[in-house]
Amino acid sequence: MAMTIHVDVVSAEESIFSGLAEFVVLPGEAGELGIMPGHMPLMTRIKPGAVRVKTQAGTEELIFVAGGMLEVQPNLVTVLADTAIRGKDLDEAKALDAKRKAEEAMASRSSELDYARAQAELAEAVAQLQAIQKLRKHHN
Amino acid sequence: MASGKEIRTKIKSVQNTRKITKAMEMVAASKMRKAQERMKAARPYGEKVRRIAANLSQANSEYRHPFLAKLAEIKRAGMVVVTTDKGLCGGLNTNVLRLALNRMRDLEGRGVNDLRVTAIGNKGVGFMQRLGAKLVSKVVGIGDTPHLEKLIGPIKVMLDAFQAGEIDVVYVVYTRFVNTMKQEPVIEQLLPLTGEKLRDEQSHSWDYLYEPDSKAVVDELLVRYVEALVYQAVAENMASEQSARMVAMKAASDNAGSVINELQLVYNKTRQAAITKEIAEIVGGAAAV
Repeated sequence: MAMTIHVDVVSAEESIFSGLAEFVVLPGEAGELGIMPGHMPLMTRIKPGAVRVKTQAGTEELIFVAGGMLEVQPNLVTVLADTAIRGKDLDEAKALDAKRKAEEAMASRSSELDYARAQAELAEAVAQLQAIQKLRKHHN
Repeated sequence: MASGKEIRTKIKSVQNTRKITKAMEMVAASKMRKAQERMKAARPYGEKVRRIAANLSQANSEYRHPFLAKLAEIKRAGMVVVTTDKGLCGGLNTNVLRLALNRMRDLEGRGVNDLRVTAIGNKGVGFMQRLGAKLVSKVVGIGDTPHLEKLIGPIKVMLDAFQAGEIDVVYVVYTRFVNTMKQEPVIEQLLPLTGEKLRDEQSHSWDYLYEPDSKAVVDELLVRYVEALVYQAVAENMASEQSARMVAMKAASDNAGSVINELQLVYNKTRQAAITKEIAEIVGGAAAV
């Protein structure tokens, strides 16, 4: 029997592939990587591209990833696929956008933390809920 | 006593309300199943990253990431508050916001003077605004399928602040999904990554080969780890939201049912009384002739 290696391809939103393979080809940051069973522990980033998995059954699985991370252990390959194209600039732009939106929202804020009012507001909501529950019990 | 017509109109309006709550209940029930599946689908990634991060923290890398530092004194803190976008889901948001508020007061009492908040979900944003908290980033309109892409930016604001040493600790507050009937608000320490989360059963003495170098790789991995944790919290919060809404709407529909029954009874009694009165009048009239 041919040597095999366990391959997992997962993204934050779902598990994409999991199974045994004889050979895996990945778009590594520094170039294409071919991983065979018994590869030494390696950790690297991968570029957007196709992950090619030659499964035990001899078929070939083609998975497209938008970049991510790769971890290799002698008998295990884990691909942490990104769900979106990532990049320093892109991430930075997103962060700035989020910040700007928050600042807009904050423009009208009062200077001091108004704990008392917030607490009162929550207490009122809780009281309402409790009242509703009591009413319900009363009804049944 | 109200006239028959008034009561009939009232019954009609309660019936209409019940139609709406019934529909919302069914919509929430179907969304709940999907939300639960998504929550489960997100787990493998979190576990994989956690395992790798655990390996990393044990590997004798020459580079130590700030996320893995020990928590010393808390002077400035950050908080990621996960709430829902919409209401009508019982006490879900109230409970989670109360927990967040208590922690904020507690921190302030311990001398924390800089408290930054990232609010996820409309309800949290509105609350933090009214509270006057220092909102550094926010996400609204996540929809029914949470996407990590929407969370990257707002989380990065928090991570950058942590990495720059502007805050000492970051918490995440969300509603954990226990089962359909039970959801509980929880508060967890997001950063620095706690040893408990990174504890691993097997111990390794080897280190990875990093490409291009350990710093770049570890940086990216840990950012993804934190994002995965927050994503998980959002996914879990969403499952909680749908089941809380389903339960709340079921209660509302049941209530509407009993209100209708009571009104119907009152209506029948009024009608009966009117008929009796009329007969009595006719009889009285006939007797007078």
